[in-house]
Amino acid sequence: MNISDIIIPVISLGGLGLIFGGGLALASQKFAVEVDPLIEEVENALPGVNCGACGYPGCSSFAKAVVAGEVEVDGCPVGGQSTAEAVASIMGIEAKVGEKQVAKVICNADNKQAKEDFDYQGIKDCKAASAFNGGSKSCNFGCLGLGTCVRVCPVDAIEITENMIAKIKPDICISCEKCVAACPKNVIDMVPESQEVVITCKNEEKGKIVRQKCDFGCIGCQICVKSCPFQAIDFDNNLAVIDYDKCTNCHVCVEKCPTKAIEGDINKRKKAEIVQSKCIQCTICKKACPVDAIEGDVKKEHMIDPEKCIGCSVCAEKCPKDAIDMK
Amino acid sequence: MLDISASSLFVILVSAILVNNFVLSRFLGICPFLGVSKQVETAFGMGMAVTFVMSLASIITFIVQKYILDLFGIEYMQTIMFILVIASLVQLVEMIIQKTSPTLYQSLGVFLPLITTNCAVLGLTILNIQERYNIIETIFHAIGAAVGFSLAIVLFAAIRERMEVANVPNAFKGFPLALITAGLMSLAFLGFSGLV
Repeated sequence: MNISDIIIPVISLGGLGLIFGGGLALASQKFAVEVDPLIEEVENALPGVNCGACGYPGCSSFAKAVVAGEVEVDGCPVGGQSTAEAVASIMGIEAKVGEKQVAKVICNADNKQAKEDFDYQGIKDCKAASAFNGGSKSCNFGCLGLGTCVRVCPVDAIEITENMIAKIKPDICISCEKCVAACPKNVIDMVPESQEVVITCKNEEKGKIVRQKCDFGCIGCQICVKSCPFQAIDFDNNLAVIDYDKCTNCHVCVEKCPTKAIEGDINKRKKAEIVQSKCIQCTICKKACPVDAIEGDVKKEHMIDPEKCIGCSVCAEKCPKDAIDMK
Repeated sequence: MLDISASSLFVILVSAILVNNFVLSRFLGICPFLGVSKQVETAFGMGMAVTFVMSLASIITFIVQKYILDLFGIEYMQTIMFILVIASLVQLVEMIIQKTSPTLYQSLGVFLPLITTNCAVLGLTILNIQERYNIIETIFHAIGAAVGFSLAIVLFAAIRERMEVANVPNAFKGFPLALITAGLMSLAFLGFSGLV
């Protein structure tokens, strides 16, 4: 075998490549199109999943829209706050972002707690089932648990429990809202991620009827409205509604609700603790506490009664010296 | 120096446009044919881009074949050499279009870089060599092929534009009907087979 058999193809192909490459390099200068460098920077700051949850075909179109000012910097629901801040700093503006919103099934009543009207044996799909007399559940506002949301979820954040109710894992949820749109019962809502107290019932019927149908339903007794120390709960259509801006996750309503229609883990309730070394004994916290859990006078040691404290963090926010820790 | 008659050039041209239409008879370049045929305007733009690439690629590959591949006896390098030529040309066309017509660039989208691997272009250059065409015949064959491609894609786009508003059964909407239409067009072009 001759060595030129190797060299000639290599040189000819390489040389041709070199000529074309040089030509293209020249052409790219001559025909250079000025692209806004911001677009590329914004695109690099985005997650790059191209999921389309922002309403644009992909991350690069979203980046163009941001630079063109058509959309807010926090328009990417997947990246959340960190991405919004990164994009905002590129654009030279402050990010005014809320907290990450996660999808939440507003129904906790599985087929044990909510009575079934009939035995549904059709296609295992909520849309098909709800077209058939509203589904087998006696409550027409509840989760059917046939997994239509599971199939649209791009990140497998939803699972159906063995008793037929959808549960969404908030740490995996990317806030794309696809399940919200897919649910034929409209039983999935977007809830702030840190929100621990959620009313998990959508039934708008009268209390008596709800009681017959479901153990976990909101019966409209308004005990939560009266017990809320922050007037964060309102009543509408026989249903309690929490204003998440006002709610401090104090869990008082969770304790009071007679039907456990308000979800929240009382063991996760925080307790306020005074750091005595920082405390200047000003009694501001005492005045702010909605449940009188703080004792103490001016220039006397302040104490918090852990039995009374509902963990609302109002005192911690009011304290001028940051002397109260929430644990 | 070259032995050509006007009639043989005309035969090559007509044969490439109608009888052996690249899309409808040789089934080359189906990807842009289906992808960029929703509007007559973009289809025409695509046709022009392909025409440009085909004509230039034919000339350059002819020279490459004659003065590099044949000269050194490395004909087996044909495919990779031709792809190199086509890819570079497509890049050039992309730059020019992006500079001169951003709207066309937008609407062609991903199909513009895809001309790089468009079998119609590669097929044309290889056919030129296989048919032992000389340089003039090569140019005419390229123009014929490009016009044939443009003709097919523009006609197809026009039909699809009208199908958009037609009352089509749900199951056939979009691509299914487009594929059937392409098949019918192919059948229609079969009628030209006795022409040459």
